[in-house]
Amino acid sequence: MNAIYFRYEILRLFRNRQNFIFSLIFPIVLYLVIAGQNKDAVVGDLPFPTYYMAGMITFGGLGAVIGGGARIAFERDRGWTRQLRISPLSPLSYLRTKVATSYLMAAITITLLYVAGISLGVRMPLQRWVEMTALILIGLIPFVALGIMLGHLIKSDSMGPVMGGGMSFLSIFGGAFGQLGADGSLFNKITQVIPSYWIVRAGQTATGGRAWGTTGWVVVAVWSIVLTYGAMWAYRRDAGRP
Amino acid sequence: MTVNTAALTRGPTTGGISLAGLTKSFGDVHAVRGVDIEIAPGETVALLGPNGAGKSTTIDMMLGLLPPDSGSVTLFGRSARDAVAAGTVGAMLQSGGLIAFLTVRELITMMASLYPNPLPVAEVLAVTGITEIAGQRTDKLSGGQTQRVRAALALVTNPELLVLDEPTVAMDVEGRHQFWTFMRNVASSGKTVVFATHYLEEADSYADRIILMARGRVVADGPTTEIKATVGLKTIRATLPQADLPALRALPGVSLAESRGEAIVLTCSDSDQAIRALLSNYAQARDVEISGAGLEEAFLALTGDPAAHPGQTERDHTEHAHTGVDQ
Ligand SMILES: Nc1ncnc2c1ncn2[C@@H]1O[C@H](COP(=O)(O)OP(=O)(O)OP(=O)(O)O)[C@@H](O)[C@H]1O
Ligand SMILES: [Mg+2]
Repeated sequence: MNAIYFRYEILRLFRNRQNFIFSLIFPIVLYLVIAGQNKDAVVGDLPFPTYYMAGMITFGGLGAVIGGGARIAFERDRGWTRQLRISPLSPLSYLRTKVATSYLMAAITITLLYVAGISLGVRMPLQRWVEMTALILIGLIPFVALGIMLGHLIKSDSMGPVMGGGMSFLSIFGGAFGQLGADGSLFNKITQVIPSYWIVRAGQTATGGRAWGTTGWVVVAVWSIVLTYGAMWAYRRDAGRP
Repeated sequence: MTVNTAALTRGPTTGGISLAGLTKSFGDVHAVRGVDIEIAPGETVALLGPNGAGKSTTIDMMLGLLPPDSGSVTLFGRSARDAVAAGTVGAMLQSGGLIAFLTVRELITMMASLYPNPLPVAEVLAVTGITEIAGQRTDKLSGGQTQRVRAALALVTNPELLVLDEPTVAMDVEGRHQFWTFMRNVASSGKTVVFATHYLEEADSYADRIILMARGRVVADGPTTEIKATVGLKTIRATLPQADLPALRALPGVSLAESRGEAIVLTCSDSDQAIRALLSNYAQARDVEISGAGLEEAFLALTGDPAAHPGQTERDHTEHAHTGVDQ
């Protein structure tokens, strides 16, 4: 990866405050308000602040990585993507940089929500924090790819609604704001095919429960593969004039 | 009639740029219909043509941004993709703005970092006249300043082949002058330069060779002086009721005669000769005006085919009113 190019990409990321509205401000405010009011509540065997922390990490993390798509759409609009295509920057380096900036945004969201969680009394052994973080990062793979795919498919004008809608839909039906359907119900089973369900479930690690199981790993793996191919396909077909 | 002197006198060059049999359609629009161009290393070539001629489409295919429907592109003996990956190509594309949240200097430094052999950023800022705005954010620039920065982005890459699609559009006189002065240096350092333009004047001043495109084809290709003589036409307009067009066309120096109501329009290869002949043969001619012919008229005279002019819109015509040829 080209270090100077990457450094300026990050500079652009941090100078654009809009990047932080969906990925940081919304989820943190929601978390502090709602979890703050339900500090002592319990969901299943999870304390509410722990449960809701995973939910808001899902919501904000989706915003962070799907937001990568909005940035791509804007660059495309400006003809910058075409300019990069006639530079020696390889498609692989380009995509790697996009993945890295998306993950960087997600990492900021995760860290700040951990801090907010701890301030509301979330506690678990270090090993479980690590495990939970690993599952969240893996669970984000399909959404990083989705962001890149949308960024290369959709014009920047329509990116706002598509992003906002997609992020809300995937968060709500993934159960970020509360599980949909009772355990074992058909509705709940259906929501399990949405990969964001499994990011929310990563919160289960806190109690030492098995968060994913085979179903989780299969769902996340399948979506990761499908959307990664989708992203590569969208990148390839997109060299024409905007 | 197609003047294709270069194709006759130049053999295929392996070390330069070779576009062979390129075609590209967008649905029903045949944007490029069989373009063959050979460019030797070190040449400065102008792609001259009216709106919609297929210049940008040809450039997109040359740069590997657009796969041709048929035909092939070779840049310095490699495929476009390999030449691009090696950093031998730099370009200023026709459309596009600048990405935001960086200063001018940062953006140009970022671009330079991608290339193996870039020019010093400070030097490029200076020659494009943007040193003063180097610390300004890219989204806070005027149209002409944006264009200068885009030019700087292309120049800093210091490539073997520099492709510029209407580079000086929106630049002021000083900007154009600075830009072309620098381009002269680039060209004299042995780089290959290809630029698209509507201005015969620009092509004439800065290119060794002009390739004229119209309706997706190369209609003339040769040394600048030769092409200039072919298309550096003037028109004579006069009020002359009931004119005999074939007779007018036969006047010395006239290559095309048309009537517009009471008026006639003569497209002339030699307007001095033509005006003398017109006035001595038709003493009743009134309101005589001589002006530089637009490229459009030049192409009509060249191809002699006013009917085959699809896809011309009002916008195209009004644009031509001020992108006319001044020779
Ligand atoms: N992506 C596209 N989809 C449909 N038609 C296109 C597309 N790109 C170009 N065209 C058409 O192809 C033709 C050639 O366009 P091109 O941009 O190559 O012309 P040009 O010579 O660069 O013109 P100008 O001087 O206006 O820049 C035009 O009729 C244009 O409308
Ligand atoms: Mg063009």
